[in-house]
Amino acid sequence: MAKRVGMEVSIAVAEAVKLADADVIAAYPITPQTHIVEHLSELVADGELDAAYIPVESEHSAMSSCIGSSAAGARTFTATSSQGLALMNEMIYIAPVLRTPIVLAIANRALSAPINIWNDHSDIMSVRDTGWLSIFAENGQEALDLTLASFRIAEDPAVCLPISMNIDGFTLSHFIEPILMPEKAEVDKFLPPYKPQLWLDIKNPISIGLLGGPECYTEARKATDDALWGAKRVVIKAFDEFNQVFGRQYHVVETYRHEDAETIIVSMGSISETAMTAIDEMRDQGQKIGLVRLRLWRPFPEEEFLAAVSKAKNLAVIDRHMVMGCSSGPVGLEVKSLVYNSGLRPGISNFLLGLGGRDVTRDDFKYIHEKATSGQVQARCEIVGVFE
Amino acid sequence: MTKPTVDAMAKVGDLPMGFTAKPGSTVAFKTGDWRSVRPVLDREKCIYCGFCYFYCPDGVYQDMGKDEKYYKADLDFCKGCGICAHECPKKAITMTLEEV
Repeated sequence: MAKRVGMEVSIAVAEAVKLADADVIAAYPITPQTHIVEHLSELVADGELDAAYIPVESEHSAMSSCIGSSAAGARTFTATSSQGLALMNEMIYIAPVLRTPIVLAIANRALSAPINIWNDHSDIMSVRDTGWLSIFAENGQEALDLTLASFRIAEDPAVCLPISMNIDGFTLSHFIEPILMPEKAEVDKFLPPYKPQLWLDIKNPISIGLLGGPECYTEARKATDDALWGAKRVVIKAFDEFNQVFGRQYHVVETYRHEDAETIIVSMGSISETAMTAIDEMRDQGQKIGLVRLRLWRPFPEEEFLAAVSKAKNLAVIDRHMVMGCSSGPVGLEVKSLVYNSGLRPGISNFLLGLGGRDVTRDDFKYIHEKATSGQVQARCEIVGVFE
Repeated sequence: MTKPTVDAMAKVGDLPMGFTAKPGSTVAFKTGDWRSVRPVLDREKCIYCGFCYFYCPDGVYQDMGKDEKYYKADLDFCKGCGICAHECPKKAITMTLEEV
C-alpha cells in the first residue's frame, strides 16, 4: 500500500526516479531544480539507488552525457531549469532524432535578462519545437506520478523519444505537500525494466549521430515528427495503465466544470489549481465558466482539445512566456491556429501573466473572465497587471 | 536497420529508427566525388618509399606489392587534398585538375 508522506515536491520527484530504478543520472545543479538532483546524488552515494551519478561541468555536458548513456541502453534521468535548459539547447535538438528516451524534469523558471530565479514557462517554451514530449504537473502528487509515467511513455517501443516533465519552479519544486508514495512492487507492475530499442552494442555495431545531407535531412526530421505525433496514443494508454495500478486517472487534456461553460480558460501547470478555485467562486455567482488544462503540450493533443472547447463561446488562453515582437503567446498562437482550421468560431483572447514569479491570484482569473466575455476580442495578447 | 541512411533520397519510412547506420556504409557510398584535383603518379620517379601511403589522411593508397613497387590511390575515396604530392620526396605525384 502507498504511504502518505509530507514531502517537498522536488524530493518526491527524486524518489520517483529511485522507484523507477534509473541507471544513469547526469546533472548540474540550478535553482529551482537543484533539490531533485541533490537528493538523487545522496541516494546514489548512500547506496539506496544503484545508478551512475555523473556530476558534469555544465548542462550542455549533462544532456550530452544523457544522450550517450541512453544510446548505451541505460534508463537515463536529468533535471534542469531556465538558463540550464538554455545551455542544453544544442543537445536538446539532437536527443529526439537519435531516439534517446531521456526523462528530463524541468522546474520551470524565467529566462534572463533580467536575472530572475522565479517561475514562468519561458524555459520550456523556448524548446517547444525540438521533438521532445512535454507534460505538465499541477501539484506534488502529479509530479511524482508523471515522473513514473514519463519513463513508461518515453521508453515505449512505439515512442522511443525524450520527454520533459514540467513542474512550476518554487510553486511546486519547493513546496511540501501530502504525497502518496507508492510501494516499489506497485511501481514495478506499472513500469517494466527498460528494454532499449537501439543501443551501442559491440556485437551489433551501429553509428549514431550521423550527417544527413539535403537528400535525407527533411526525411529524418519528418520521421521524428511522425514518432512524436504517434506518441499521444501511448501517453493515453500509459495514463490508463497508471490508473489501473495506482487509481489515479490522468488525461492529455484535463477539464474542470467545462461541460456547460460559455467561457473556458485554457491553462497549464500549477496556476490551474488557483483557476479552479476562482472558477468555483465565479460559478457560485452564476457565471458559466470552466477550465481546460493542457497536461500534454507536445505533441499538442488537438482532437482532445477541440472536443473539450467545442461548445464554448469564449476562450481565454493563458500564456506564461512572452513572445516578443508577436501578437500572441505560444499557447495563444497554437490555440488560434488550431481553432481557426477546425471551423469553430469562439472569441479567443490571450492573456500573459505570472512572468518571473509574479503572483497569479483568483482575482486575475475574474479579471480575465470579465475581459473574455466583454464581447471585444483583442488582437494582441494582454499582459495582465503590467504597471505602465 | 540494415539500410545505410546515406542512400540518396531515402523515404521517411525507410530510414532506420534514430537515423543510425551500420558500419562500413561508405563501401557503398563513394566519398571522392567532390574532388577538384587528382593525384597522378609518375612511376618512373617513384621509389616505392610509402610516404604517400603513410601520409594520406583518408587511407586511400593501396600497396601494389613488391613486384609492382608503387602505391595506387583509390579515386572513389580520394578527396584531392594533395598531401601525398606535397610529401613525396621525389616529386613523383602531380595534382591534376579534374575535367568534367
